[in-house]
Amino acid sequence: MSSIDVPLERGRFGQTARRDFWWVQPLLTFLGLGTFIVYSTWAAFQGDHYRFGPYLSPFYSPEIFSLTGEDSWFGQFPDWMPYFVTGAMLILWAPGGFRFTCYYYRGAYYKAFWADPPSCTVGEPRKKYLGERSFPLIIQNIHRYFLYLALVFLVLLSHDVWKALWFDNTFGIGVGTLVLLANVILLSGYTLGCHSLRHLVGGMFDRLAQRPVRKTAYDCVSCLNRRHMIWAWCSLFSVGFSDLYIRMCSMGIWTDWRIL
Amino acid sequence: MAQATFKIWRGDRTGGHFTDYTTEITDGMVVLDAIHHIQAQQANDLAVRWNCKAGKCGSCSAEINGMPKLMCMTRLNTLPLDQPITVQPMKTFPLLKDLVTDVSWNFEVKKKIKKFKPRKPDASDGTWRMQQSDVDRVQEFRKCIECFLCQDVCHVLRDHHMHAEFIGPRFLVYAAALEMHPLDTEDRLEDLRKTDGIGLCNITKCCTKVCPESITITDNAIIPLKERVVDRFFDPLGRLFRVFRPK
Repeated sequence: MSSIDVPLERGRFGQTARRDFWWVQPLLTFLGLGTFIVYSTWAAFQGDHYRFGPYLSPFYSPEIFSLTGEDSWFGQFPDWMPYFVTGAMLILWAPGGFRFTCYYYRGAYYKAFWADPPSCTVGEPRKKYLGERSFPLIIQNIHRYFLYLALVFLVLLSHDVWKALWFDNTFGIGVGTLVLLANVILLSGYTLGCHSLRHLVGGMFDRLAQRPVRKTAYDCVSCLNRRHMIWAWCSLFSVGFSDLYIRMCSMGIWTDWRIL
Repeated sequence: MAQATFKIWRGDRTGGHFTDYTTEITDGMVVLDAIHHIQAQQANDLAVRWNCKAGKCGSCSAEINGMPKLMCMTRLNTLPLDQPITVQPMKTFPLLKDLVTDVSWNFEVKKKIKKFKPRKPDASDGTWRMQQSDVDRVQEFRKCIECFLCQDVCHVLRDHHMHAEFIGPRFLVYAAALEMHPLDTEDRLEDLRKTDGIGLCNITKCCTKVCPESITITDNAIIPLKERVVDRFFDPLGRLFRVFRPK
């Protein structure tokens, strides 16, 4: 590649001629993601109050092991597992990895948490830059594998909504049912608008007109992808709120109103 | 008549400074109009590159209040006129004089991207057949006016000066337009990964924000190219799947 023979001036950290509030967006990202990380980590360590009636918190779904062995896939926690391990710890790495390697979140947290750059045309704190072409960030290329897992989680969480319609074997709808339903809808909007999915369903081909099914799928994913940032934030909020709602109901602080 | 103050960078490769100019402004004026007023009335030696005054030639790129913009497309009523408006040259390229930079590096980069290589003609008269829906995707990339604002804002070039290792968003768009073209048969993925440095892009989307043609550079060009590179180099299961997929 041709290089420039004239040395260019390197800006200082935070140096910019911008007059707008450029720091607001990275600050909001930092606070939003930071709050979610702190809350989800705290909730994952609790190992309690994640069930209320027919509702199961998305942080703990699927329930692979449980303390009592009821409703879990493989019964009680095995003896060899450390005492501090909870059901959430066994599964949260998958949706967490999906968000961590998501193209939208990458751009957002590189700015908000790593100041790389803090914002457009704002000076950076570091001189060295490796990007995503070498370790550790080259691992971001694993995103599509987390997508496959996220799609499985969508099915499992949809099944949880179905189970949330049955109160002691009687059909019903509570506010919690709607909370879990909204969560699945928002998660679907986020997951099905993923850039990797867009590529896999049709973006990899130069000629889609000959593949009508793929063309339709590509158009649908592209439609969701155009609002990927909105879906990402709304679904992040809904996951956290679903856990909070069930936790509050389970602790007796909030009342779950029955609609039907 | 209303007035506005412009803080304009004056200088060359050896150095320079901001100089304040106050000029009269009227409704509908853009920054380039004001620069022309100043050039005509106060600073005849002010160097500024411009051509169409319609946002189509990509000549009058500069940084206005710190953001890369076309001077001819930036209306004064969108700027805070109670303070001086800063106008400076693009930072990513070597300065020639005042607001004019040497963008020739971009043309050297372009020469090194593998050219369009169409498949054999579909008809005996030497013509091809394409579906409009297949061309639509690359049509967006052809709106590029080569103003190089995206190159200017990209922190890999702007702050890290990796011109030798990274072709920048403009040429990733150019590569995408060729790579996704329904007739093209050339393979640029190896180059994109190794010499073009697509892995250096960390998806800040600044290029998309400043594009005056509203090309969705990151989502429609760079990320799809990144995914194609993942297909080739970072997805062992996908490669295995393709071995057994019916042709």
